[in-house]
Amino acid sequence: MSEITLRINGKQRRVTVEGRTLLVDLIRDQMNLTGTHVGCDTSQCGACVVKLDGDTVKSCTVLTATLPEGTEITTIEGVSTGDLHPMQEAFSKCHGLQCGFCTPGLVVTAIDIVERSPDGLSASQVRKALKGNLCRCTGYQNIVASVLEGARAMGVQVTEEKETV
Amino acid sequence: MSMGKPLPHDSAPMHVTGAARYIDDIPVPADCLHLAFGLSHVARGVISSMDLTAVRTAPGVVRVITAADLPGVNDISSAAHDEPLLAPGEVHYHGQPIFLVVATSHRLAREAAAKAEVVIDPKPAILTIDDAVAVRSYFEGGPLTWKRGDVDPAMAKADTIIEGKIEIGGQEHFYLEGQISLASPQDNGDMVLATSTQHPTEIQHKVAEALGTPFHAVRVETRRMGGGFGGKESQGNALAIACAVAAHLTGKPCKMRYDRDDDMIITGKRHDFRIAYKAGVDAKGKLVAVEFDQYVRCGWSQDLSLPVADRAMLHADNAYFIPNIRITSHRMKTNTCSATAFRGFGGPQGMVGIERVMDHMAHRLGMDPLEFRQANFYKKSKPQETPYGQPVKGFILPDLVRQLADTANYKTRRDAIRTWNEKSPILKKGIALTPVKFGISFTLTHLNQAGALVNVYADGSVTINHGGTEMGQGLFQKVAQVAAGEFGIDMGRVRITATDTGKVPNTSATAASSGSDLNGMAVKNAVDQIKDRIARFLAVDGVKPKDVLFADGKVTAGNTVLSFEEAAKMAHENRISLSATGFYATPDISWDRTIGKGHPFYYFAHGAAITEVVIDTLTGENKILRVDILHDVGQSLNPAVDVGQIEGGFVQGAGWLTTEELVWDDKGVLRTHAPSTYKIPACSDRPDVFNVALWNGENHVPTIYRSKAVGEPPLMLGISALMALSDAVGACGEAYPNLSAPATPERVYMAAKKVGAKR
Repeated sequence: MSEITLRINGKQRRVTVEGRTLLVDLIRDQMNLTGTHVGCDTSQCGACVVKLDGDTVKSCTVLTATLPEGTEITTIEGVSTGDLHPMQEAFSKCHGLQCGFCTPGLVVTAIDIVERSPDGLSASQVRKALKGNLCRCTGYQNIVASVLEGARAMGVQVTEEKETV
Repeated sequence: MSMGKPLPHDSAPMHVTGAARYIDDIPVPADCLHLAFGLSHVARGVISSMDLTAVRTAPGVVRVITAADLPGVNDISSAAHDEPLLAPGEVHYHGQPIFLVVATSHRLAREAAAKAEVVIDPKPAILTIDDAVAVRSYFEGGPLTWKRGDVDPAMAKADTIIEGKIEIGGQEHFYLEGQISLASPQDNGDMVLATSTQHPTEIQHKVAEALGTPFHAVRVETRRMGGGFGGKESQGNALAIACAVAAHLTGKPCKMRYDRDDDMIITGKRHDFRIAYKAGVDAKGKLVAVEFDQYVRCGWSQDLSLPVADRAMLHADNAYFIPNIRITSHRMKTNTCSATAFRGFGGPQGMVGIERVMDHMAHRLGMDPLEFRQANFYKKSKPQETPYGQPVKGFILPDLVRQLADTANYKTRRDAIRTWNEKSPILKKGIALTPVKFGISFTLTHLNQAGALVNVYADGSVTINHGGTEMGQGLFQKVAQVAAGEFGIDMGRVRITATDTGKVPNTSATAASSGSDLNGMAVKNAVDQIKDRIARFLAVDGVKPKDVLFADGKVTAGNTVLSFEEAAKMAHENRISLSATGFYATPDISWDRTIGKGHPFYYFAHGAAITEVVIDTLTGENKILRVDILHDVGQSLNPAVDVGQIEGGFVQGAGWLTTEELVWDDKGVLRTHAPSTYKIPACSDRPDVFNVALWNGENHVPTIYRSKAVGEPPLMLGISALMALSDAVGACGEAYPNLSAPATPERVYMAAKKVGAKR
């Protein structure tokens, strides 16, 4: 058992964890933030993606005890306070979801993609950047549309128009 | 009005914030226990000894349950009573549950389960279709044959005959939310379950059976699933029963979630098939005779294999009139996980069989495959009968296919691809158009019924409840739009509630694409009753009840105009009941599966897709370049939801036939039990160009607002990807590619090499 102080969604939290406690289990079981989902248990599907000191990570692959003191963690619950984040609005409006299980991980990833592309973003960049987040329902069409719509709302230029021939 | 609007999914605001609760997110008491199964490590054998001492003494373990400890019936099957929850002595597949660990955490339960010392004397396992055929390991004693006309003399007279066979792999559902259940014991011996299932009623019945109580002592609730795709029609039974039994024995709430590897090893998948075919055409290129042998690997227990195999037979014609046809279905019993329902329920495999025939014959005749398909479509003008005797009415495919081929420039692009291929020795492109005609209704006729409960509260707010379950397909949203539209109120007044066996009893699974057809009608029936009561109460001074209007949030009876809220309040104060149960049973269906004749489907849903691909003949690598789809949903209840189903269905179908490969080794061990080795489509696999349009037209039979079912049919649009790959491989030489599914890079590479691709 070890004690560690983390900043989770802007709040300082002192937590006690085992050496083996995965970040996703801390988030879900100890913090009761259940928007971060466990999909594949093996760090592949992306349903558990959170932000960790500014980087997106699959939280089922992070050992909590190894994190530096004061690590900043943002889960889907911390993406917005009050009103929806423009990316959340976009996923809702553009039908970028069906069963919704992959959605929190996708929204966190999508915001990160846009934040890393201040000079503009294209559909093909989005497709490549999202390949670590699996969705079994939508066929991804509306997910890509949502990310581009979210990017526009976040003030980032979308450099490819809608791909219809 | 809410009808026909592309409104977002009802849970969208909760999904994007992570607030939507799945079973694993429901707060549980601190003393909640967690379960894990101990699994068989051999595919077939007899348990000779089982030492569970180390399991019982492992940290956190509260109880260990074996078959002998079960309080009631040891069975989790849908109907056949051939599938024990815990193997009582013999094991029939690698991964079969043998014992159940009840512990204080998910992890401790799994760790303890691994400590068992179970000795199993192995017996020769029947793993493949070949193994099963060799020892005649059949369900129902042997094959089932349905036929029309006289195949042999017709074939003898045919001008051109082809023969061949195709192997079609199975498919893992890979619902993002794995199987999970939570059981909470109540007073009076009752049990309440929250479970991720497409069939709460079956869970209720099976749990009651396992506990030895009447059905009324068990209540099952399902608010939403994180994906189902047929994988939660029967496969949730084991977890729900395990939880209920453990909760009954310990008196504490019990939760069970399969780890993903366990989920993929234990649960059933889409049936893999081998289809052998022989087909003949006359001099005009019309099919005169077709013969199919469909070999179905069912796994160790029946589960839903018989109706799945039936539906494969029922779709052996797809969109084509075949005057003489014989379909023989071989339902093979093997020592593998019990194959189960998966979106399309056998229909896709049957359809791949006939589409393969169309592709192969067109190649032999040197015809454009599309022209050959069109020449053999059922007639639109004069309804012809399917092999099972149902007239094909409302057959719009000839028009739909023509429109799609025109708007997507099929002919021009096909010619351009040929020219391109001539100049491209390594990369080859291919294109194919395949149609879909999918029968809508459960083939087991009595399942085609639904119930609903609608409550209007005295403040004018409304709750709706019905037997359908929400797995992301937008059923709840569609049905809420029906209720709001009928009451003439805005969506905000309608609260969608969790499917609950205590509110609507004796429901069917949400399956066979029937969710909105059945439950939309049942809800409308309940709404109509309440409106009728309010109308009768308000129809005074010469106003007739039928002239009372519900629209724009108001109820208008002659000169009296009330807000819906006022009308509800007034009706309540005048002792008018504002709660009603609704019911619906699909008309005009009948079916005799023993002879394969009848009218099993209320109607057909249609669609067509054109897929263009490119392959690398040196590696077999391939990519879908462009997809164009035109799909028939009748008069759409919600076009955004429907288009989402079509896009997702296509990608899932294309995944099944291209990248998703299940591999069992020669010991019957599934080697692809995680997404690291089992490849479902990722965002980067999505076609670069993906155009989807809805056919403009209404259902020719009365359904809810003349809409059509949309859950399963679009999956079969993915068959065009397999045929396009076949077309690309065919560009490597003269021979027919004989490409089996899934058309992985390895298979594409080998097929191209066989056809004559130069190295």
